[in-house]
Amino acid sequence: MIEMMYREALRRAIDEEMQRDPLVFLMGETIAERGGSYKVTEGLWQKYGLQRVIDTPIAEASFTGMAVGAALVGCRPVIEILFIDFAMLAMDQIVNQAAKYDFISGGQGTVPMVIRTQGGAGNGLAAQHSQSLEALFYHIPGLKVVMPSTPHDAYGLLKAAIRDEHPVVFIEHKLLYMTKGPVPEEEIVIPLGRADIKRSGTDVTLVTYSHMTLKCLEAATLLESEGISVEVVDLRTLSPLDKDTILSSARKTGRVIIVHEAVKRGGIGGDLAAMLMEEAYDDLDGPVLRIAGRNTPIPYNLNIEKACIPSVEDIVEGVLRVV
Amino acid sequence: MPTPPAAGGSPRPTEPILLGMYRNIYATRQFELKCIELYRQGLIRGYLHPYIGQEAVAAGACAALNAADYIVSTHRGHGHCISKGADLKLMMAEIMGKATGYCHGHGGSMHISDKRVNNLGANGIVGAGIPIATGAGMGIRVRGTDQVVVVFFSDGASNNGVFAESLNLAGIYGLPVIYLLENNHYAVSTPIECATGCCDLAGRGPAYGIPGICVDGNDALAVYRETAAAVARARQGQGPTLIEAKTYRHGGHHVNDPGLYMDPAVLAEWKARDPLLLTRRAIGDDARSAEIEAQVDADLESAIAFATNSPEPSVDAFLASIEDR
Repeated sequence: MIEMMYREALRRAIDEEMQRDPLVFLMGETIAERGGSYKVTEGLWQKYGLQRVIDTPIAEASFTGMAVGAALVGCRPVIEILFIDFAMLAMDQIVNQAAKYDFISGGQGTVPMVIRTQGGAGNGLAAQHSQSLEALFYHIPGLKVVMPSTPHDAYGLLKAAIRDEHPVVFIEHKLLYMTKGPVPEEEIVIPLGRADIKRSGTDVTLVTYSHMTLKCLEAATLLESEGISVEVVDLRTLSPLDKDTILSSARKTGRVIIVHEAVKRGGIGGDLAAMLMEEAYDDLDGPVLRIAGRNTPIPYNLNIEKACIPSVEDIVEGVLRVV
Repeated sequence: MPTPPAAGGSPRPTEPILLGMYRNIYATRQFELKCIELYRQGLIRGYLHPYIGQEAVAAGACAALNAADYIVSTHRGHGHCISKGADLKLMMAEIMGKATGYCHGHGGSMHISDKRVNNLGANGIVGAGIPIATGAGMGIRVRGTDQVVVVFFSDGASNNGVFAESLNLAGIYGLPVIYLLENNHYAVSTPIECATGCCDLAGRGPAYGIPGICVDGNDALAVYRETAAAVARARQGQGPTLIEAKTYRHGGHHVNDPGLYMDPAVLAEWKARDPLLLTRRAIGDDARSAEIEAQVDADLESAIAFATNSPEPSVDAFLASIEDR
């Protein structure tokens, strides 16, 4: 194992895949010489040249569409949309084009492209640079949605995403780029659609993903000292969804709380809660809870920003309510 | 292979190319007329946007391409599809929603693609094909082949943001893409004069450092000539071209739109310059054109018979195929 930052793990995944497959190439804003705003692609242009590490103008709709076209002619583009908020400019290409080509064409062509983007609050970036918009993509048949929480997962999942035959929305979190964790020295590829039990427990299941996984693990440690055993299921990929792992954990503990940073209304939590009701009702000892972001745009001021997203204390409180 | 451009001049089509263009123009016209008939009988549903009046654009442009070159089409795409070499049977089956169609009945008229001849497909979203084509051009650059892309779109699409973005992008990277703007003068029912402050649409090319050429879109030979020249430039690494082909719909936006907003006098002028008649005249030999027409008529009859006799997609098989999508 080597200790690596999340952004270094992402870079390693891209580097290895570009090395392995000359049809993998990158497009995005300031990703070449500048290395990207979060430095994920730093140095890659020197290794692979500006023909494969391509700076674009600020034209999200069209460079996303370009990825669709390049994928259709046999390439494997990996694009970076600097903030998930900016992906709203490219929704036609993501939702109407990338997600549907394989279906519409009767299977004549797939769209093997990865949209790397990042979301989340915590840096005082205000309402148009802090959103958690994964539910928009989760809702669309034909898209895969990946949200890794650790350098290990970021590395293995990005490699799988690049090798996937279908469009993948790969959502990073801005607070995770500088986090460190162990990554195997040897190459790994983590199949999409498999959750990871980040911590085993018997009293209650926290189903979560991305940055909230870290908060759930912190809450679990605090609760352990009070004699409560918490299982933390990190979904890692929202679509495809690893229902089996969620359901078997629910059956084991009988109590489930879904934790995400995105606003509660219309979020992933509601869908998972309904799925648990439909498929595991008899195994539950109580109602499924959601701990999620407030139904508001993210404010600028750090104190009120903090109040909008679940804290470790919120999670602890939630667990104490159900056990 | 298209005729290479003559030194210092424009390429002229060889006879097989001229006859091929006529075949595609005639086939498109008859195909559309049959589709309208089948639509009236309730055998075709959804939206149907006839290409009648614009056939010379697709036929002329595709005549300048090789099978390996790509096209990207539009909601009014039957002509592009036919001119790139589609099988009329599979097209008609798709439009009639049959399991044997190009897309197994998933797509219909607005979504036909044809991988066999590198037709990347029609699109139900106006303008959406423009960045896709630009990306196909980028993909060609990454793969290092000498293919080119022709993307068809309308004057309506030229006022969408992705048109400006894509021309800019193609200009930066010098991509092998020919932007074929079919100016049929209407976005649904909005005349071009009401949709832009500057109706010189070819002039938008130079704004992005790209050659912008205006051509008579009813003249298949002229469209062929300009496309062949643009293709030659693209293959030589000289980048993209914007071609504005001025043309006119012979009817409304779709089969249920009578097009009452169109000035009958203007329409009559365009109909007098019907691309079908102009191309037939260019051949000048009635026996040759009649021979082509007879063959197309027979092919079209078999296509309709094939589509009519083809099965509907199986609901069970469909439901099984979408699990976990």
